[in-house]
Amino acid sequence: MSHDPDFLQTLWFLLIGVLWIGYFVLEGFDFGVGILLRAVGRSEAEKRAVIHTIGPVWDGNEVWLIVAGGATFAAFPGWYASLFSGFYLALFLILIALIIRGVSFEFWGKDDSPRWRATWEWAASIGSFLAALLWGVGWADIVHGVPMNAQHNVTATIFGLLHPYALLGGLVTLSLFTAHGAIFLTLRTRDELVDRARGIARRVAPVSVVLMTIFLIWTAANQTGGAKASATTVAALAVVCAAAATVSITRDWDGRAFGFSAGAIALLFVSLFCGLFPDALPSTTSHAFNLTLVAASSSHYTLTVMTVVAVVFLPIVLAYTAWTYWVFRFRIGASDFEGSGPPTPIAVLADKFGAGSGGEGPPEEPGPSGAF
Amino acid sequence: MQRFAVNALDLARTQFGVTTLFHFIFVPMSIGLTAWVALCQTLYYRTRKDVYLRMTRYWGRFMLISVAIGIVTGIVQEFQFGMNWSLYSRYVGDIFGAPLAMEGLIAFFLESTFLGLWIFGWDRLSPRVHLACAWLVAFGTASSAYFILAANSWMQHPVGYTINHATGHAQLTNIFSVLLNSTVLLAFPHTIFGAWTTGGMLVLGICGWNLLRGRHVDLFSRSARLVLPITCAVAILTAGFGDGQARLMDTQQPMKMAAAEALYNTTKGASFSIFAVAPFSHYPKRLNTDIRIPRLLSLIATFSTNGTVKGIHQVNAAEQKKYGPGSYVPIVGVTYWSFRLMIGAGMLMILITLVGVGLMRRRRLERSRRFQQIAIAGIFLPIIANWMGWIFTEVGRQPWIVYGLLRTNNGRSPLVSTSSIILSLTGYVVVYSVLIAVGVKLFLKEIRKGPEDPDDQPPPGDGAVEPRSDLALAY
Repeated sequence: MSHDPDFLQTLWFLLIGVLWIGYFVLEGFDFGVGILLRAVGRSEAEKRAVIHTIGPVWDGNEVWLIVAGGATFAAFPGWYASLFSGFYLALFLILIALIIRGVSFEFWGKDDSPRWRATWEWAASIGSFLAALLWGVGWADIVHGVPMNAQHNVTATIFGLLHPYALLGGLVTLSLFTAHGAIFLTLRTRDELVDRARGIARRVAPVSVVLMTIFLIWTAANQTGGAKASATTVAALAVVCAAAATVSITRDWDGRAFGFSAGAIALLFVSLFCGLFPDALPSTTSHAFNLTLVAASSSHYTLTVMTVVAVVFLPIVLAYTAWTYWVFRFRIGASDFEGSGPPTPIAVLADKFGAGSGGEGPPEEPGPSGAF
Repeated sequence: MQRFAVNALDLARTQFGVTTLFHFIFVPMSIGLTAWVALCQTLYYRTRKDVYLRMTRYWGRFMLISVAIGIVTGIVQEFQFGMNWSLYSRYVGDIFGAPLAMEGLIAFFLESTFLGLWIFGWDRLSPRVHLACAWLVAFGTASSAYFILAANSWMQHPVGYTINHATGHAQLTNIFSVLLNSTVLLAFPHTIFGAWTTGGMLVLGICGWNLLRGRHVDLFSRSARLVLPITCAVAILTAGFGDGQARLMDTQQPMKMAAAEALYNTTKGASFSIFAVAPFSHYPKRLNTDIRIPRLLSLIATFSTNGTVKGIHQVNAAEQKKYGPGSYVPIVGVTYWSFRLMIGAGMLMILITLVGVGLMRRRRLERSRRFQQIAIAGIFLPIIANWMGWIFTEVGRQPWIVYGLLRTNNGRSPLVSTSSIILSLTGYVVVYSVLIAVGVKLFLKEIRKGPEDPDDQPPPGDGAVEPRSDLALAY
């Protein structure tokens, strides 16, 4: 069996990479916002504003993960099987973390008691923290390779997955996502919330640069072979991006900072995926047991079917996702949620002015239809 | 009685069963409620009557709680094929993965993105676009059912595949055979109509609770009168397609249907068992109690009182000839009772909604306290029916995980330890118990709180800011 993936196998490795990167760039900031919920939002109205910045999108962001998982199952069933069974307890922890943070956003506002609110705020923070950390641990393990037998069954326990390199990988994603979330908040909030988020971003972003640099040097040192040169080049670009994000946020260039932090996350994973190719999961037991993309792959027919589906539907998904972000691009502040009476006309006007005309729809009609 | 020993296979199956049954409380409810909310909003869009807007927003709250729990528990579903069933995943991945990936790409993106737009877009989108979002959510949730049922139908009735002799795995040869499998063409309408029935019974029950207390009679009486005939119709359709599925299963999985009837021997003019109890074992040799109606089974199965119905012994012998020695009998008691409880719950729902429609036509719906009380109890019937239907279809297929191709005991992850599964199973049970406790608490809270009063609403034009605090649909 040839070890060189054919065109469709390479394409699907690429697409799965795109899905994971989409997941980390998008969910990365809502992990960050979840982690920082109590740090940025002090009053109840502020916390509500913070949750509202990701409210309309976090769920869609999570679908990138579901599709990445489904695409892996469809295109590389061997990879899906080895990875998911091999990382059993780690994935279980991630799933629990994703569940509690997911419901926390939904449940938080459904009751007024301070205890209820605090419970779900902590659930959002801890769940987001754990997930942000564990995804990095998991991907560091994948790139590093795991103990795996000839049948491609992972033989490591969860403690075997928690070596220093993997833990460093976890800290890299944790710090990157936290900074990314803080920078996102500078773009989507108002008043003190912006200042607080910027303050946090200025402290976390440099940490992420340092951690990522060490991690990527370590990664490059582990990797061998000529094909790894591209991985190292991309890794260098990722560090440059992270550094640029740090510089930008220090100078209050929030938009630019967000672009750079998204770029840093994307390039980090591009470099990891480059380093992995043409393997799906290396074995530290013996190189002969490496799970290659070729061995893990579906049939040519299935890959063709999936390619047609992706070519038709992925652009549609990208289009309406982009539209959602356009609709919810306005800033949110505590003043949107304070007070018990109806908002003042000035606040309404300010908000309207900030929001512009909403998306593709015709201008809002007066009357009860626009009353919500 | 068989000796009971905990092994990894049983635990993995238990975990799949527990997590799926939990997930499956909320999924049909969400499919039903998203369509219902979209309908209410459409009526508002058409008529501009305030009551429809209040209905949209009130029922929308239940929809959101249900969808939220359904979504977060859904990720576990997709991941645990690989986690606990890695040999199965390798064996079927070439075929089974495709509908799963399509489900994510086509259905879940649509559902979650437009749900976000719907919740937070009341003042950002034009009424027409906002209404379209509601329908896209309903369409997204319903279409996800199609893909997952196509995947499941392939496990029930594998089509469009060949066995790759180099790898020993199943390989896709025709995607259209998989997506248009006769099994899914009946399973999908059965499930979707069942899901709409689930949503309908929930709405009806909540209407009953409020009408009983005379609260917001305008809103709840209108909701009940709208939901009753629809629920009645879809409950009947669910039963109709279910009947079609049973007939199809007679040819596709004769063992499942023989076990469903606890019919041991092939019989001409077979009687129909309505209540049977047997010693507690996988495959009891005798029945303690068995009440039967003569010739009815033959009549149902073959449309003739003298028709021949296949029995467990004969089907087992035929399968042994085909697949080699061994037992091909599922747990008879579970198959028999889940089938009966599903049908019984379904029949009760049809009966309740028929009575309701009758009361409605005589304009007595709002006054009949008895009916309102029954409607509240009726909330649980679809959950029972959905659970039993899933248990029936999955347990009845055993010992196969993919019928005729792969046995369940050859599908699990070989190196995932018993202790790992005990840990994850415990974790899921704990977290899911919390979720259900909170979900029920929030449902009860919303029921008690009731819909928004028309007077509470901000005056027109003032609503450009997100609704505040308790008025919020959003968080």
